Amino acid sequence: MAKINIKINNIPLEVEEGMTILQAAKLIQVDIPHLCYHPDQSVRGHCRVCSVEVVGGRKLMPACATKVWEGMEVFTNTKKVYDTQKLLLEMILANHKQECLTCQRNGNCELQNLSKRFNLTSPKLPNVVEKLPVENNATCIVRDLSKCVKCGRCAKACREFQGIEAISYTGRSSHFKVMSAFGENLEKTDCILCGQCTAACPVGALVEKDDTDKVYEALQDPTKHVIVQVAPAVRVALGDAFGMEKASIVTSKMVTALRRLGFDQVFDTNFAADVTIMEEGTELLDRVQNGGTLPMITSCSPGWINFMEKHYPDQLAHLSTTKSPQQIFGALSKTYYPKVSGIDAKDIVTVSIMPCTAKKYEAARPEMGRDGMKDVDIVLTTRELSRMIATAGFDFAELPDDDFDAPMGIGTGAGAIFGATGGVMEAALRTVYEVATGKELVKVEFNDVRGYEGIKESEVDLNGTKVRIAVAHGLKNARVIMDAVRAGKCDYTFIEIMACPGGCIGGGGQPIKTTVDIKKMRMDALYDIDESLPLRKSHENPQVKEVYDNFLGKPCGHLSHDLLHTTYQKVDKKYTF
Amino acid sequence: MTKTVTFMTRNFNKYDVMSIDEYIAIGGFTALKRAITMDGEDIAREIAACQVKGRGGAAYDMGKKWSQARSEKNPEKVIVCNADEGEPCTFKDRTLIQNDPFNLLEGMIIAGYTMKAQNGYIYMREEYSHLRPILLNAIKQANEKGYLGKNILGVEGFDYQIHLYSGAGAYVCGEGTALVESIEGKAGRPRMKPPYIKQCGLYNLPTCVQNVESLSLVAGILNNGDTYKSYGPADCLGTKLVSVAGNVNRPGVYEIPFGMTVREIIYDLAGGVQGDRDIRLIQFGGASGKIAPASVLDTPYTYDDLKGAGVGVGSGAILVVDERTSVIDFLTTTQQFFSHESCGQCAPCREGNLHIKLLLQKVKAGTHTASDVKLLKQIAETMMITSLCGLGQAAQSALLAAMKHFPQTFEVK
Ligand SMILES: Cc1cc2nc3c(=O)[nH]c(=O)nc-3n(C[C@H](O)[C@H](O)[C@H](O)COP(=O)(O)O)c2cc1C
Ligand code: SF4
Ligand code: SF4
Ligand code: SF4
Ligand code: SF4
Repeated sequence: MAKINIKINNIPLEVEEGMTILQAAKLIQVDIPHLCYHPDQSVRGHCRVCSVEVVGGRKLMPACATKVWEGMEVFTNTKKVYDTQKLLLEMILANHKQECLTCQRNGNCELQNLSKRFNLTSPKLPNVVEKLPVENNATCIVRDLSKCVKCGRCAKACREFQGIEAISYTGRSSHFKVMSAFGENLEKTDCILCGQCTAACPVGALVEKDDTDKVYEALQDPTKHVIVQVAPAVRVALGDAFGMEKASIVTSKMVTALRRLGFDQVFDTNFAADVTIMEEGTELLDRVQNGGTLPMITSCSPGWINFMEKHYPDQLAHLSTTKSPQQIFGALSKTYYPKVSGIDAKDIVTVSIMPCTAKKYEAARPEMGRDGMKDVDIVLTTRELSRMIATAGFDFAELPDDDFDAPMGIGTGAGAIFGATGGVMEAALRTVYEVATGKELVKVEFNDVRGYEGIKESEVDLNGTKVRIAVAHGLKNARVIMDAVRAGKCDYTFIEIMACPGGCIGGGGQPIKTTVDIKKMRMDALYDIDESLPLRKSHENPQVKEVYDNFLGKPCGHLSHDLLHTTYQKVDKKYTF
Repeated sequence: MTKTVTFMTRNFNKYDVMSIDEYIAIGGFTALKRAITMDGEDIAREIAACQVKGRGGAAYDMGKKWSQARSEKNPEKVIVCNADEGEPCTFKDRTLIQNDPFNLLEGMIIAGYTMKAQNGYIYMREEYSHLRPILLNAIKQANEKGYLGKNILGVEGFDYQIHLYSGAGAYVCGEGTALVESIEGKAGRPRMKPPYIKQCGLYNLPTCVQNVESLSLVAGILNNGDTYKSYGPADCLGTKLVSVAGNVNRPGVYEIPFGMTVREIIYDLAGGVQGDRDIRLIQFGGASGKIAPASVLDTPYTYDDLKGAGVGVGSGAILVVDERTSVIDFLTTTQQFFSHESCGQCAPCREGNLHIKLLLQKVKAGTHTASDVKLLKQIAETMMITSLCGLGQAAQSALLAAMKHFPQTFEVK
């Protein structure tokens, strides 16, 4: 890229051509205020809060959308700029239900930050917000349109990451709204409940349903034995919520926090991920050897499952019947664990900490339980856990270390990398290779399936048979693959798909402010965990061996089928367009 | 009464608008026949020599626009004829379509040849549905006669087709980027610029959007450029269609030579003010135009003179409001229009229109304070300099002009 010379606030600088004013200003440590801009999304320039003066222009220019040119002179600090930005902000605020003290985003809200930054202590405009009822009827997502600042970031997340467009623009002038079709409950629309929109929202208009009260209640109940599992991606993101260095590995502090919150046992979803590999790997080999439906596609991402049931109901046979790690853990927590611990399953409350809003929906599926009990009782997102930790007053960064409990607390490196796109594939290959070839896999890394690229392809040699594989993340990419599968135009044997961009580390329930850069750091952190572990193949996990030896029998055996496998069905939407 | 001229309106009532043969009989398509012997750049130059500025409102140099469009590299290009004519008090495009559809088509075909476009789209407002048969017939007959289709007039590779699209009634869809979104079947909301429509417009192709009146000038200029140049003062050549309405005796569309005074237009052409009342204000260029008191009457109607008087040509509308209507009532009505027509996607226009409406209510009730007036101005100016599209940028033109010319309206009691 060619370099060009510009001036911002009279400071000369040399920048790369193609940069926006907003990006260039960062080079001189100026954060131009903005609301609708998100670094991972297309720029639409709707809020205009980033308006700045460009010498020679009649109008102000939106810094997010204006590329620098040779000789450009920008001012971000004139009275005109300040007054304009402040008035725009005031107008946005005047059409906002200002209830900070009781808002889920209190203290972590971009509008609140900007109000503070512009010292909006004496607003001149009357509040004109239309108070609309809070939409609290979906399993995982709560919408409060009276708090919506109409930035469109949710709609862009839904369209640009997921290719779904369950949320879009409607109405005109002051009736302009960003919402689902006809304002319908998201669950009944094209929405697959991934929560990417909640992670993109700058304010408290679109948030995860908070289930922390249910957890507090269970923890207070002396008759209940409350156990918790934590998904692989949580441990590399939770620290973000406490201002720690981005993507810090906080596994052992997290275990301490959970124990001190009062959980009776703290278990690891990584253990269940290893079980998943045993089941799914066996299922794959069986399909290959016995002419089952191929390609087989992974099934551990509930947003992805929702997508298949709503958007590709004719292709469900491709999905692995193996349950997700969360639900495998759940099933074992109400069967195997009672057997080992002697605690009555009816007294056990199983809680999950997940990076994902769709996990709430998955746990609530009627098929995910037995004898009138749910396998997983309550699902919290990473954000909800961070709130519980904050409520308890823990100085999270300073908490001492602790370890997961037996018998479901050991996870291998293979389980750890489940949290990143490509991780399930890599974990599966480590086991499938050894089972299929009978040989030891010396180099466990499959670099072809790592990284942030939308669709990754590779080929592995299993005892002379070449097996083609593919990995996709973000449903926009998944759609490309599924269209090929539907058309019969793909020669893959095994495909891994995760709904969220980057995989679970980029899940819709992760701490606010997740960008591609941060996701890449979380990915690296998961691979670091993998590398640091003594065991890196699921079938080597001693607790996994125990569960098969003492309880399940063999992978895909009779009991496994009852407990660890599921079926899928077409889900009808209220509207199709 | 002979102050009007007939350059653009020369064919009016001269032929049956449903008959291409009659159009050809009065010299139709001779400009196109000349055009195909010319280099596109020369066509653009002839238009530039006539100083034609776009007639949709923005007054962009048309010859320059065609040259720029020609220099776009993409082998596929699009011409759009903007017949949305949504600007209140503007009805000249309707007159042109109604009375000389083939001349418009000829202009569009020449545009297609000049810019090397394959497709032309006429985007006509829904309210003009009654004109659809006229245009559809013109397109059909032009195809039958080989003025549209493949290898037009035997020119190898000159393939061009014209399509008619209907809007759904939104004013904002007259804005170029909203217009192309609408043709694409999306909600008519303006796109952010850049990319500019001339580089990436309809179906992501380079797109040249031109108003009906602009395109209706093309054939006449290629045939009789010198006649065109004989009208108007040296720095503002040619003729213009004005739509005069409001409290005048003879509202209508008049073709004037540039340079005629506003007084001549209103009193000689439009028959003066109803009941000989005094003029309260005149609005130029539609609802998004500025207003001025009667002192503007002796201003010659040229781009520069009007600008000097604090108003502008805009869409060519001239709305005369007599003394029966107060300034605040006028502003309230104008505001209702914008409060209804804002697409709502960008904050200054969406929120600004809402607050201006409330503040104007206070002014009307006489309950406003000095700080309300300050706020009114501040919001109006913020809308002007930060709105995403021309709608929000121009929505408060009348208000800001009123604050200048009619300060007594805003006096705090
Ligand atoms: C809100 C808005 C509405 C507009 N409506 C029209 C219209 O109805 N007809 C029109 O020709 N131009 C309209 N324009 C101007 C067009 O954007 C564009 O400048 C014009 O069509 C270009 O053609 P011209 O250069 O021949 O004038 C509108 C602009 C804005 C911002
Ligand atoms: S969204 Fe932000 S500004 Fe609005 S109430 Fe919540 S915390 Fe306050
Ligand atoms: S949860 Fe996912 S699919 Fe649903 S609206 Fe949000 S981004 Fe779209
Ligand atoms: S819900 Fe949130 S992300 Fe969506 S438009 Fe409103 S404020 Fe923006
Ligand atoms: S200025 Fe008004 S009409 Fe134009 S994009 Fe913004 S809200 Fe829409």
